[in-house]
Parts: sequence; structure tokens; C-alpha cells
Amino acid sequence: MNQPNRLSQGGRLARNKVINFQYNGKSYPGFVGDTLASAMLANGIDIVGRSFKYSRPRGIVAAGAEEPNAIMQLGATEATQVPNVRATQQELYNGLVAKSTNGWPNVEFDMMSTIGKVGAKVMPPGFYYKTFMYPKSLWSTYEKFIRKAAGLGRSPLENDPDRYDHYNQHADIVIVGAGPAGLSAALVAARSGARVIIADEQAEFGGALLHSKQKIDGVDVALWLENTVAELASFPEVLMLPKSTVNGYHDHNFLTIHQRVSDHLADRAEKNSSRQRMHRVRAKWVVLATGSHERPLVYANNDVPGNMLASAVSTYINRYAVIPGNKLVLMTTNDNAYSAAFDWQQAGREVVAIIDTRAAGAGRDCVEKAAALGITIINGSAVVEVQGSKRVSSVSVSAINAPGDQLVGDISNLSCDTLASSGGWSPAIHLSCHTGSRPVWSDQVIGFIPGETLQKQLTAGAINGRFELQDALAQGTKAGLAAVLNVGLSIETVTPATAEEVEENSPMALYHIPHPKKTSRAPKQFVDLQNDVTAAGIEMATLEGFESIEHVKRYTAMGFGTDQGKMGNINGMAIAAKSMNKTIPETGTTIFRPNYTPVTFGAIAGRHCGELFDPKRYTAMHQWHLERGALFEDVGNWKRPWYFPREGESMQQSLERECLAVRDSAGVLDASTLGKIDIQGADAREFLGRVYTNAWAKLAVGKCRYGLMCGEDGMVFDDGVTACLADNHFVMTTTTGGAARVLEWLEIYQQTEWPELEVYFNSVTDHWSTITVTGPNSRKIIETVVDDIDVSNDAFKYMDWKQATVKGVPARIFRISFTGELSFEVNVQANYGLQIWQAIMAAGEAYNLTPYGTETMHILRAEKGFIIAGQDTDGSVHPYDLGMGWAVSPKKPFSFIGKRGMNRADCVKEGRKQLVGIKTKDPKQVIPEGAQAVNDPKQPIPMTMLGHVTSSYYSACLGHSIAMAFIRNGHKRMGETVFYPLADGRVIEAVICSPIFFDPKGEQQNV
Amino acid sequence: MQKYSGFGLLKHALSHHENWQRVWRNPVPKKKYDVVIVGGGGHGLATAYYLAKVHNITNIAVLEKGYLGGGNTARNTTIVRSNYLWDESAKLYEHAMKLWEGLSQDLNYNVMFSQRGVLNLGHTLQDMRDISRRVNANRLNGIDGEVLDPQQIKEIVPMMDCSDRPRYPIMGASWQPRGGVARHDAVAWGFARAADALGVDLIQQCEVVDFIIEDGAATGVRTKTHGSISADRIGCVTAGNSSVMAKMAGFKLPLESHPLQALVSEPIKPILDTVVMSNHVHGYISQSDKGDLVIGAGIDGYNGYGQRGSYHTIEHTVQAIVELFPVFSRVRMNRQWGGIVDTCPDACPIISATPVENLFFNCGWGTGGFKATPGSGHVFAETLAAGEASEMAKPFSMFRFHDGALIDEHGAAGVAH
Amino acid sequence: MFYIFCPHCEEHREEEEFHAAGQAHIPRPLDPEACSDKEWGEYLFFRDNPRGIHHELWVHAVGCRKFFNITRDTQTYEIKEVYKVGEKPKFTAVSETGADLKSSLKAQESAT
Repeated sequence: MNQPNRLSQGGRLARNKVINFQYNGKSYPGFVGDTLASAMLANGIDIVGRSFKYSRPRGIVAAGAEEPNAIMQLGATEATQVPNVRATQQELYNGLVAKSTNGWPNVEFDMMSTIGKVGAKVMPPGFYYKTFMYPKSLWSTYEKFIRKAAGLGRSPLENDPDRYDHYNQHADIVIVGAGPAGLSAALVAARSGARVIIADEQAEFGGALLHSKQKIDGVDVALWLENTVAELASFPEVLMLPKSTVNGYHDHNFLTIHQRVSDHLADRAEKNSSRQRMHRVRAKWVVLATGSHERPLVYANNDVPGNMLASAVSTYINRYAVIPGNKLVLMTTNDNAYSAAFDWQQAGREVVAIIDTRAAGAGRDCVEKAAALGITIINGSAVVEVQGSKRVSSVSVSAINAPGDQLVGDISNLSCDTLASSGGWSPAIHLSCHTGSRPVWSDQVIGFIPGETLQKQLTAGAINGRFELQDALAQGTKAGLAAVLNVGLSIETVTPATAEEVEENSPMALYHIPHPKKTSRAPKQFVDLQNDVTAAGIEMATLEGFESIEHVKRYTAMGFGTDQGKMGNINGMAIAAKSMNKTIPETGTTIFRPNYTPVTFGAIAGRHCGELFDPKRYTAMHQWHLERGALFEDVGNWKRPWYFPREGESMQQSLERECLAVRDSAGVLDASTLGKIDIQGADAREFLGRVYTNAWAKLAVGKCRYGLMCGEDGMVFDDGVTACLADNHFVMTTTTGGAARVLEWLEIYQQTEWPELEVYFNSVTDHWSTITVTGPNSRKIIETVVDDIDVSNDAFKYMDWKQATVKGVPARIFRISFTGELSFEVNVQANYGLQIWQAIMAAGEAYNLTPYGTETMHILRAEKGFIIAGQDTDGSVHPYDLGMGWAVSPKKPFSFIGKRGMNRADCVKEGRKQLVGIKTKDPKQVIPEGAQAVNDPKQPIPMTMLGHVTSSYYSACLGHSIAMAFIRNGHKRMGETVFYPLADGRVIEAVICSPIFFDPKGEQQNV
Repeated sequence: MQKYSGFGLLKHALSHHENWQRVWRNPVPKKKYDVVIVGGGGHGLATAYYLAKVHNITNIAVLEKGYLGGGNTARNTTIVRSNYLWDESAKLYEHAMKLWEGLSQDLNYNVMFSQRGVLNLGHTLQDMRDISRRVNANRLNGIDGEVLDPQQIKEIVPMMDCSDRPRYPIMGASWQPRGGVARHDAVAWGFARAADALGVDLIQQCEVVDFIIEDGAATGVRTKTHGSISADRIGCVTAGNSSVMAKMAGFKLPLESHPLQALVSEPIKPILDTVVMSNHVHGYISQSDKGDLVIGAGIDGYNGYGQRGSYHTIEHTVQAIVELFPVFSRVRMNRQWGGIVDTCPDACPIISATPVENLFFNCGWGTGGFKATPGSGHVFAETLAAGEASEMAKPFSMFRFHDGALIDEHGAAGVAH
Repeated sequence: MFYIFCPHCEEHREEEEFHAAGQAHIPRPLDPEACSDKEWGEYLFFRDNPRGIHHELWVHAVGCRKFFNITRDTQTYEIKEVYKVGEKPKFTAVSETGADLKSSLKAQESAT
């Protein structure tokens, strides 16, 4: 096996575990411990993608979350495709299949690049705002091309086979980042006995220590790391989460941690395991030890493969035993980056030179080490341009002046294949910004550091701009101790680990290397590689007057990529600031928002999809309905039988059969889903009088009454029957969907407005099963199942309720009717629901007792003109609009809820829409619900609409269609004709009538 | 104004893009204007543009406390549609739609208005009744709309799960083909550039801290940075901050400012060609030209000016999207953000005179302001020019909350805009 | 996502258990019939909606079902206090600018 750039030793790899992966259809070897990126580099793969706007070849630049180029499509099967995976963060597993995301026919030979070269000139920032406008009709064609060119990877086309979990966690101290600072904090926190969560986005703990060659407490960092991790693991209250990114930091110290459970193992999770997990964590205190991201420098052609971050070079060499080239030139503004050159040279390949932008160069330690290794240092200089197309071939170097804004002297060329650059480090302040805290610029750090926050948050290490190992260890320990004390725990002695001090020269604040040509004319100098944003583009934006940094960002798309500007934003701000003669703090920064790195939608959703998207509520008789072939309707969370088709029946046939059965003999409805609220207390009756529109003072024990409930605006929002169980005890029914809302409504008035009223509410919806037996033969059926009471009309009157025993089970029977027929609503404790239902069915056999669903219920009640709140009301109608003034008692002494509202000027004016009945001229024609009435069907559009049809059915028992509808001034227009112009061109002619179509005198229900 | 065109772009390419004009000036505010507009978002800028263009009033300043188009204009999910239920609102949003249809050409700025169609899904029988009612009303009001069944929906959005697997299967949808999306920033910039060219002074970083009111009439504003500025009329177009502004003028508004969150996925290749919205499962989605899936949902229940909301709202939204599009489960969410939406009790805006003479407010657009931007500006400009509510603005008076003439659009507005 | 101390349960619970129910301390007029349309409309719909300190009503909806008040900063989302219905808040908005003070004075005038 041949991995041309793999070093024969070193790295944190399992060299005995060789695994294979595919990239763009070709198989390559790698090791367990590799990332996809390190394995690609080991195999000498230079080009990993094409830039989306200019189709320029791009290579791997970074080794972590900031990588903008190596964006892969992963997945061996259609269902397991994952778009836009950063190769630098994807651990290698056997059988991994990766593809580059842009480039046609492939990344090596991209036809689009020709267009990119030619077209680049006419594609400055915002070019699409300035063109494609004429002719207007062509925009949709242009747009198709624009859309095709954009985007990175692709969505799977099959459903995700994996599952995702949520864990809810509570912690004393959450530590974000397991580098030297985070680990130091965790040690203190753990030793105090605190409940600790420490999370790190990388595969293993250690952060920068994983590629460091320094010593801590006199031992190699690797050993210190091993010991530290082992000690942390020994505490039962410490939860260690590697492969886990704290992607969001929300108000009141709530954090989300996105853990990749099996992404490092295979395409898809093993059976019974989840692919990823979201920890939803409430923390008492948080320690942010998130480190920093290295900034590259901006120079001409800085996107050619072979341009890398200095720290990435060190990481690949030391951690993955991969050397990503042969001849290195390092350009740096700081001492820290020197180690990249040292690592390179020690790995046995050539360092051409270190180009230090500082006139004074590096501190003594670096200079001495370079001399010892025989590396040339060129101070006060910079690489102004890179040559090469698919790989760096040489670099042009020039001396620069002290501020770094002008070239001085001649340009010379150095031959090399890799240019590592470092412009310093940007603290990873992302999480500290998520709850609105503004970051603060520090000239000393040359970066933004966390600003003031209301969160219970501490910070340690590089996030504060303290980039030295010694500082990280000390700050981590200090933050850990502070967190321990803040959560009310204690710890005896705390000594931070120590590392050797390094003598350094201060770094130089330099972002954009000048070029002999003006920026606008120089070869492209990229700021945001993923979005092809250049220094020239940013200067052009400011030239055009986009002066706010937010405008610059939005106009150029800087920082909008999947890396969200981790690498480029500061450089971009610096360039924008300079071109406006401002400082970076004057120009300001854009604000980081969640997520820190992208998070799988599935992981955010967790198990709350499909079956578990929303709870399903079933009645006790659900199984019975299923077995009878019922179809179901979703009402709120409930599954209600819609109708019970028999074999070969159409829906209409089923409904007609069910309706006729009720009117001819008997039907049965599962009404268990209606909301039921138990109301008790000395003032229960008074309370009812205040929340219902009608009178309740005289409702006797044993009686039921229908009531309308309005808002303070006078508009109907629910209705139902309430029964008086005892003088201070009632049970209220509500609509199925409105139950929870009504209960909260009652509570808010009792608790906040009328606490002096003694009244208590409890939802008893689930406690009872309700079986409605209705039809002329319903009494005969009820008689046979009732053990102990007389159900004759004399003994058990309409609108009465009685306590009874039904087949040995205690029951409340209500003689109320929603069909207009003789009806008995049998309520039994829900555990007996199915048993009593079956008993009633058995008793009804002789009478063709027919189960019916909500649709038949709707038809039967519409024949009677009974409203359904929510269907025949919409929050904009009051009781008088509904023709239900009979249910309002304006003389009640207390100004009930809704009374004042329904008397506002607009509510009492002429010309309101009013609920009426509608009969079509053609009795067979059923007007579609939602149809709008007009007076003149010939009126040109826009037509004057009178109101809509709320309920509409064919009534089998009446032999014609019926409808309920709103008509402007409808109550005064009885007998007049209106028209319903339909979408299909038909116009239905209809006559306004009373909404009570069946048994207007109410005789049938009272027999 | 330098005219933009493909040819112009070529010409500038030859001079290395060094000679582009500024999109707008950076003027020093004058002491007095005919009209001062407080708030430089899309609605405010559109108001200024139409005042200048239609009503020939060019002595105008737009005062913006931050940067132009930096509030809700920069934070919405860019959906444009006009399929509202009631005549008053349908008229207003359709007026906006007609302006959208020629806006790029009118402004000489491509706002990338993409009429790719909007689906509003129904998941229950009542949803379908409401959809039918709304589509019928739209049709008779001259607004395009159709009711589709799941099979027809599947043809338009093949990646959506139209089977009976979901918890709330899709039963149908309303379909407005003329609806779509636009590039939100470009709308603000396009109006700003065109207004500036007509002489409107756009003053950024200029926060209004008080109104100057004499004898019950507004005569100007006090600013934090530029002293007092007089005006014959003042239009306040400050969205989520409207209550704060109203308090300065001494009255209250029937508004609550809530966080409204949105999020985007990483950019992916084109997969969703229309806008899909569902009030019932609480989520909506479209795909930007850049490839991001742009996703939004309902407001957070509490008042909030923090431009951020609560995580569980994001969770529910993503659950809704994965429920509708199980194929997106492995796609990843890139970024989330929030705006401050000024919600009205009837989910309709306020375009209105106020208790203070010469001071007018345009606010209360709640979650649905973006789609109205040109219409809102056009109608408010007419109102400011006349000094009284224009015909189309009349029903949207703030005083409708006194007499009860509300225009309840909760059904059509729903959670999702 | 807020972490809310329910004064009835006497513990912190997640926001998901609660609903916000709008501005607190808006009593229902004792004699609604005596209210003009304007007064009734203001009671129904018009709100302070401040940027800053806000007294608001919440309900522990899936907990104890009790309503209570929160004083919260609508800008920072910091919860300053929770208190039961009928109690008075300890934190009240401090006028930050002359403008605030002036307009609140004016508001009082116009209310009388």
C-alpha cells in the first residue's frame, strides 16, 4: 500500500488497522485515527473541490472546523447520503464513500473553470442585482442557471434510515472544549465533586495538545493528556463527551451538544443504536475553553491547492503522520507558526524559507531553533503572490514596510509546493455571542474577545486571546475553581499544571498582503474561499457605499458559507475597515449565531417525528372502531371515527346509511373526546354565569344546559352542555379541540380576576367514556342495559341527567341531543368504556343500532341547524350573528365575559355577516364548503362577496342538500336568492332559509 | 443614477470595477424636511421612494438608527404571496404583489423576485374547509389560487411525503402560482438606491430618541446624533420597535413585539422549487437561489426585543420540516437567527393616523411584513402625502381596535408567513 | 429557552412547561358597561410592550396550572423576579432618558 505523504512513524494512528475508503470512485487506504482529510492528504490528493463561482481548483487548507474547501458528499447508499461533510472533521471508517461536490465532469478537469476564468470579470459581488432584469420574462430562465451553479452537496432522495436521540441533562458545570484550558478546568471541577460535562468536537480530548510537542509538568503532553483523561474518567459525576460539539449556547445557560455517536463507524448506525444524539443541557455555570482559529493571510492566488494554514501543517504532521507536500515556504506574522516549519523539516522534507512579515522577526527561541535546523528566515517580507494552477509551484516574495501596507524593493521567486501562512489567531468566541453578547476588539490580541454577558459564563485560554500553553493551563484552573465556588462547592488546594515559558516577539497585525498591482487589478486574493469572496470584492462593496460591516457581508456573501467565516471574517473586516480608513472596532463585527458548526436536522428533531410527532389520543373503544373498519379524522390530538364504511360502499353511501339508521331507528357515536371539565366549589354556579352568555343561577340539580362561551371581544370561541351534579358541582363539556384552551380560560379568570370565588376546575376528559345512543329506538336499547332507573319520558326528561347503573357499571346518563332525535349519552368510567359499548351494541342488535362517525354527526346536527364552534364560527362572530341571541341573557346582574365586547359599535352595526340556512335550487346539488356567495353572478371580478358556506351536506333523510352559511344581513334576507360561483365555472343558485331544516319544533328529541 | 445592465457590467469589468458609483449618498441631514420617515427598513425606504416618485415629494429624510434594511428586512424568510382571506387585506397584499411583479425593472435593481408558487398545506378537514374558503375568496377578488389534492401536490413537490405515513397526513393545499420569494437585502438596497436618486436623504446611524410635539401636533424629531430635525409630517415605520416609538409620542399601540426565528440549512443542490407552508404542523420552507433551505415557524410566546428566541421553537420547527420532508433528515442546519415582530391582535397591520397630528404609523405587520413591502410603502406614501389614510389604508386604522372592526387574518396569516 | 422558577411549585422548570399570557396587571374593568368603546378597546388590545422591564403573566401550563407573574427584561431576557398573582413587583422600570419620563408624564395626562 502506497500513501506517498504518510510518514513512517508518529501520529496518533492505529497503524495496525488499515482501512479503505473511496474518493470520487477510486479506492484509497488509510488508518483508524485518520480523518478523511488526513487520509486524502496522505494519498497525495491535492484537489478536493471546485469553487462555486469561479470553479477554481481547491485543496485542503485547515485541519478542523474552519475548513472551507474540503466539503464532501458522503454515503454509500442513497438513503445514507450526507451533504457538505467537512473532510477535516470526518473520522475515517472502513468503506467510507466520499465525492467532491462541485466540478464537471470532475474536479481535476472542470469545464466550468473556463467559464469561471472568462466570467470572473463580470461576476463581481452583487452582479446579479445589476443584471438579468431585461427582458423581465427571462428572469426565471436566468434563475434556473444560477440555482444550478449554487449549492454544494445534495440531499438524499430516500428517507433517513437512522434514528436520533435527545438526552436532557442538568449539570453544575459544563466545560466547552477539552484542550489544555478545558481539561485544567475540568480537573478542578471534577475533584470538587461537581456534576461536570466536558465536551469537545474532536474525536479525542486534547485540543491543540494532540499535535503539540511541548511538555507539561515536565512530561510529554501526550502523557499528561493520558493521565488527565484517565483521572477525569474516574469521577462518576463527570460526563466526558468527545465527538460532541456544543453548537448552541442559549438563554439562562441552556446549551445544546451535538454528539456524533456512530458517524465514525459506518454509513449508518447499527440496529438499536442512534446515529447522533442531542444533549439538551441546563448548566449552573459554563466554562468556555473553545480555543481559537488560525487566520491565513490574504495574498494573490492564495486559493491554489498547497496553500494551507500553518497550524494545519503541524497537525497533519504530528497528529496524523501526514506531510502534505515536499517543499514548504512558511509566511507568518507571529512566532507561534514557526513550529510548522520545524515540524516539516524534522519530518524530513525541505523548508525553503520562513518569511516573517515582522522587520524584527521572531523571538530568541524560534530564531535559535531555526538556525539549529538550518532553516532560512527572511524578515520584513511577505509572499505577495503564488504561482501554480492545480498546485503551488512557486511564490513571489517581497520586502514590506513596517505597517505592512506597502511593498519595498524587488520581488524574488521561491520554488515550493506548499505555502503555509499564519496571520495570528482569532479567539473562538462564537458561543459567547449566541445570547447577544457583543464581542470586544483587543489590539493586543489582534482579535475579538468575549464581551460582557448575563450568562453564568467563565472563559479560559485562547478564547481570551491567551494563546500560550502556560496561560491556558493557568486560566483553565482558575476558571474551574471559580465555577466550583460559584455553584456552592469547595475544593482544598489547586495548583495549575505548568509548561515552559517561551520567549516570543509580539505578533504583527497584518491581514492583507499588498500587491504590486492595485487590489482590483491583482490576481484574486481570497478572503472567504467557500464563497469566492475576494479582497477586491470587499473593496468594491465599500466603494459602492456598503459601509456597514453587515452590508459588506450581505453584499459580498462573506461568511455565509458552511464555515460561517471562521477563517476569513476577520481578514474581511480588516480589509473593509482599511478601505474606509477606519479601524476594525469602528467597522464592527457581524454577530455569530447558532450553530457553531452545522447540525443534522434529524438530530435536532430527535424521535419527535412520525408517530411521535404529536401524541395520538385514542378513546377506550378505539380498537373496536378499528376492527369495524372505521376511517379516522384528526381532531386536536384525537383520532375520531370519521365514518364506518362497509365493503363496497362509497363514502356518501356510508353516510346516507348511517344517517338514515339514526333517523329511522338508532345510531351510536363515540363522543368520549368531547372535553369534560369538573367544576366544584361554593361559587361554581356564579362562575358559570360569568363565563357563559346565558343564565345559570336557576339550573337545578339533575338538569343540563347548553351554553355559549365568548371572549372579552364578544366573539364565540367554544360551546357545550354543562350539567348540574350537585348545587356546587358541575361538569362542563367543551369542543374536542377546545378543551385545553377552555380549561386555561377558566383558570385565568378564577386565578387572576376573581380569586374571591371559591371554585375548582379539573379536566376529566380522559376519565370518562361517552357513548351517545340516538334515534327513535334509543330508549328501547337503553332500557335493556340500564339496571336501576326508569328511562321513560316522564321519569327521565329531555335535558335531564341521571346517575344509573349500566350492566353493573356506575354511569351518568345525559338526555341531551345533538341530532334532534331522542338521545341518551351514557358516560362510564373509561376503563369500562369498551365493555359498556359492546353491551349497548349487543342490546341494539334488534334495532339495527348503527355506529356512526363525526361526518354523520355533522350532517345530523346541521339538519337541526346546530353549530360546531370552529367550523361555523371563526372568532369573528358573536352569538347574535349566529342567530343564537336566545343563548344570551343580557339581564344577568354580572357583566358576563363577552357582553361588553358584543356591544361595540362595529358589533351592533347593520350589515354584519349572519349565519343562515341555504337551500340549493337544484336539491341534488351540494355547495362545496368554503364557497362564497354573491348577489350578482355576472359582476366582473373583483366580486362583492356576501359570506361563505361553513357546513354543507347532502341530507339523505330530507332528500335534498343543506348548508349553513354566512350572508351579509342574512337574517333579514330569508327567501332571497344568492349565487355561488365555483372554481370549475359552475354557478350554484340557492335560497336563504332558516338553518333548522329538520323538525323545527324540536318534537323528535323530546319524546 | 447610474443605470445597471448586463452591458454596464461588461464595461465596468474592463475598468476592473474601479468606477462604480455609490449606491446612495451619505448626506448630512438638513434642519427641516417635508416628510421625515423614521426607520430605514424595506417599508420605510419603499415609503420614501413612492413619496418621491408618485407624489413628487422629494424633500424627505429616512432616519435609520442602524444600517439600512438591517431589521426584519434582513431577517425574514423572503416569502411573497397575496392569498389573504378578507377583502381589505387581500386588496392590500395583492396591490403589493402587482408592484412586486415589476419591481426589478422599476427600481433598476434585480430584487430576484421568483414567482415559483406557494403551497399552504391542509392536514385536517377543517384546514381544508378554511383553504377552500380562502381560495374561493381569492378567486373572486382576482387573486390566483387553486385547491390541490395530495396527488397534485406531489407533482409539484416530489420530495415531500404526501403519503399517509405522517402523523398529520397532507390532505390538500392551496396553491398560489404567482407567490414566491425575493432577495430580501436587494429589496432594501433597491428602494434605497432609487429613493436616493430621487433626492431622498438616507441617514444611517441616526437614532430618533423623541418626537417634538407642540399643541398635539408633531413638528419634528430629536435624534441622538444629529440634533433636532423638523418635519411637516412624520411617518414612523419601525416594526418591532413601534411601541417604543409610540411611547415617546405619548400613546400606546395594540402591539406585542415577539421574537420570530428562522434558520437555514447548508447550501445544497436544487431540490425544492416552490414555497411550502403548513400552519398545522407549524413550519415553512423554501430553497434560496444559493441552495440553502430557508425555514421558519411560529413566534415565541413571550415579548422579546433580543432578536433571538427559545430553542424549543427551533426544535419544533425542524421536527415539522423533517415530518414533511423525511429526506431532509440528514441535511444539516447551518444557522439560525431572530427578528422582532410587532404582532397585532387580528394579524393585520396598522397604517394609520395617530392621536398626534401629523404623526403617522405603519406597523403591526407581525410575521408577514416582507411580502407587503412595496404595497405597504405605496399605501403609506399616499397616506403621508394626503395627510390622511388613503382608501386602501382606511380599514387598517389603529382605531379599529376601539370600535371592533377587526380584520381577523389569523387563519390566512397563521403561524407561517 | 428560559429557566423559570414557579413560585407555586417552588422549583425551576423548563420554559416548555409554561405559557406566556401577556402583560400582567391589566385588571378587568369592574363595570364593563360603563366603559366607552375606546376604554374597552384599550383594555382588550392596547399594551405597554416595553423594550426593557416587563411585568408579565405566565402559567405553569403542564405543571401546577397556576398563573403567576414574572418581571423580565425583554431586551436581555433576564428574569428579575417571579411573584404570585396579587403580589406587587419589586423591580420596576427605571426611566432611562428624559424622553421616557416625558412620555410617561404625557401618558398620564392623556389618561385623565
